[in-house]
Amino acid sequence: MTLYDLEDGKIATIQSFSGEMELQSRLVEMGIMPGIQIRRIKTAPMNGPIEIKVRDYYVSLRQEDAHNIIISE
Amino acid sequence: MKKNIDQKWVALVGNPNCGKTAIFNLLTGLNQKVSNYPGVTVEKKIGKAQFANGDQFDLLDLPGTYSLTPESMDERIVTEQVLNWTHGENPPSVIVSVVDATNLSRNLYLSTQLTDLGIPVVVALNMMDLVKNNLEIDTKKLAQDLGVKAIIPMSAIERWGQDELLDAIHESIKTGNFVNGKFPISLKNDYVNILQPLKELLLTNFSYDDRFATAQALRLITRNSTIDIYELLLENGFSVDESFMSDLKEIRQKAVDDFEEMGVKHRILEATLRYEWLDGVLSDAKLIVDTNLSEESFSEKVDKVLTHSWSGPFIFILILYFIFQSIFTWVSVPMDWIDSGVGWIGLQVLHIMPPGMLRDLIVEGIIAGVGAILVFLPQILMLMFFMTVLEDSGYMARVAFMMDRFMTKIGLHGRSVLPLMSGYACAIPGIMSTRTIDSWKERLITILVLPLMSCSARLPVYTLMIGAFIPATSLLGFINLQGLTLVVMYFLGTATAFILAKIFSIFIKTKGKSSFVMELPPYRTPLWRSVFRIVFNRGRVFIVHAGKIIMSISIILWFLASFPSNDEASFNNNSIQQSYAGKIGHAIEPIIEPLGFDWKLGIGLITSFAAREVLVSTMATIYNVESDGDGVVELKDAMRNDINPETGKPLYTPLVALSLIVFFVYAAQCMATFAIVRNETNSWKWPLLMIVYMNTLAYGASLLVYQGGKILGFG
Repeated sequence: MTLYDLEDGKIATIQSFSGEMELQSRLVEMGIMPGIQIRRIKTAPMNGPIEIKVRDYYVSLRQEDAHNIIISE
Repeated sequence: MKKNIDQKWVALVGNPNCGKTAIFNLLTGLNQKVSNYPGVTVEKKIGKAQFANGDQFDLLDLPGTYSLTPESMDERIVTEQVLNWTHGENPPSVIVSVVDATNLSRNLYLSTQLTDLGIPVVVALNMMDLVKNNLEIDTKKLAQDLGVKAIIPMSAIERWGQDELLDAIHESIKTGNFVNGKFPISLKNDYVNILQPLKELLLTNFSYDDRFATAQALRLITRNSTIDIYELLLENGFSVDESFMSDLKEIRQKAVDDFEEMGVKHRILEATLRYEWLDGVLSDAKLIVDTNLSEESFSEKVDKVLTHSWSGPFIFILILYFIFQSIFTWVSVPMDWIDSGVGWIGLQVLHIMPPGMLRDLIVEGIIAGVGAILVFLPQILMLMFFMTVLEDSGYMARVAFMMDRFMTKIGLHGRSVLPLMSGYACAIPGIMSTRTIDSWKERLITILVLPLMSCSARLPVYTLMIGAFIPATSLLGFINLQGLTLVVMYFLGTATAFILAKIFSIFIKTKGKSSFVMELPPYRTPLWRSVFRIVFNRGRVFIVHAGKIIMSISIILWFLASFPSNDEASFNNNSIQQSYAGKIGHAIEPIIEPLGFDWKLGIGLITSFAAREVLVSTMATIYNVESDGDGVVELKDAMRNDINPETGKPLYTPLVALSLIVFFVYAAQCMATFAIVRNETNSWKWPLLMIVYMNTLAYGASLLVYQGGKILGFG
């Protein structure tokens, strides 16, 4: 499954990034990388970006990018 | 770079929002804007700081970045700087790596990249005041493991630890870097072999040591953008082998292919290796206080309401409405004080000075002109105060989060919200802060529509016209009609900005995908001393501006409005029509007449191209010259009571007022804005486009309001 499918409030572990996703370089530099646990917090109003908690901080990213983050619960 | 005698200087580097600017202010005493919004320092800033023994050194504050590979414009500034240091351009004596102690691993990631540069690194472990469960750090041991000179716990907000930091910097300058030429992360033999050709290429062309060459080779594999950086270096005249660039690309590609063949994802190679190593070091030091993901922080609980899917946007709109209502209602008392104060000063001068030209110049030109503008100081301070508090508390990042979806739909970006909202204060800092938007297209569109956000220089014009011509009745018992009109005008500018953004996004084509990876910083009480400094500074700039530009324009205008005069000893009502200013006004009257403006407003429109608020001082000067000179004339009353000599009816009606306000909502008048746009976009094309589209819009909309209003019978 992907981060996009994860329910709000649930914790999961990142497995990998799919494809040639440009963003993955930036995410790993911020410590969002395979093997790391995350918790999905919520979706922004108007079906906007997703907020997650990772490594002691909160960060948002867009839903289309969440599709490319493969996770396991 | 400015150097002092012994040429010592120190650079501050850190993640966005880690408190770098607060430390910079603490050490230099400068009043940089400290904020709780990622990416506020968008330019490098230099200040002077002092060691305990009195020796001075230069301190450089750089924009926040997560790594030494650039993503957005502001991060690029850091990467380029760092690259210059490693290629011989006067490197800093020490780098202070500012680290947010509540977020160790991610912040220290950048520190470990900095240690590869061969420049001594001191870690400023900031925000210790926020660290709970008594995190005990063996800083000596950790410093040794990480290869930094020292780790200094501190809190810039609570103002402690800065002396120890200064001592550590001083000590590091004296001892220099301990030579540790080995790359700290142990690489598998396969990796070393693949990286070797790339390393050798770098070692033959540059004076790198082995450690930095390894780091750069790894970074070249990981990030495409590192190649661009080398291209830039060559453009700047760095001499290398002729075939260097092509060799670099070829050897890199080979290495990338080799890694892919081994099943190693090259795009995440450096970060994966570095974090593995760093997480190991931190866990040895018992610093991975096993991150409790399910724990809800205070901010997360607050966000259950503030970014909730329906209460979030509702509260945001409520906050905006509250701000604009309060600008109109709360500050009317201090505005009245200033108003009567200016009138009083005018009267005093009248009593003290003998009648004559000089007295007229001072009372009618300077006091009337500058006084008319000073009245608006409380409003501008109030607006600045609210904007700063919203940003400093961390709320602005939430607004970006909530608005991203909507902003993307209209061709903008979640990060466009802060620049656009700063535009309510002034377009110039707003345009500068667009640098945090990582996609060029969205950044450009944000810049193009930003001056449509009604800035504080328009506020005096709005307030004057609304105050004079819109009745202060209340609707439904609690909505003030004047306040509502003001809100509608802000809304008009904002809505037009959104519509135009959509249109521009259809026509402007660029490649590159945008993303919205944005940290949501913890809420915190605004740092009041910083908030008040910003508000105070804005007020000072406003007054200095009033002092310089507005005073000189008022003086020039007074001469133009007073001469030539039939009888130079006394200025009567008709003389201003014959004056130079009157002639200029009359000359452009045919163009502006369809908008409902007469020759007096015409003069005001011309002078307002120096600065929008000058319209108000211009009108004040004109009316004061026109009157016989018994003290300073109340501008509102003068405009209300002005009679059109041909029709015998009031010259200015609410419809004229509305037409003028709408003109100011759209018109491109502030030349400083377009100079900044030229700088930020590197071309005259975009500022010219803005001037043309904005002024066309202004004329058209104003025409529509006035002629439409007349047809509907409001004339």
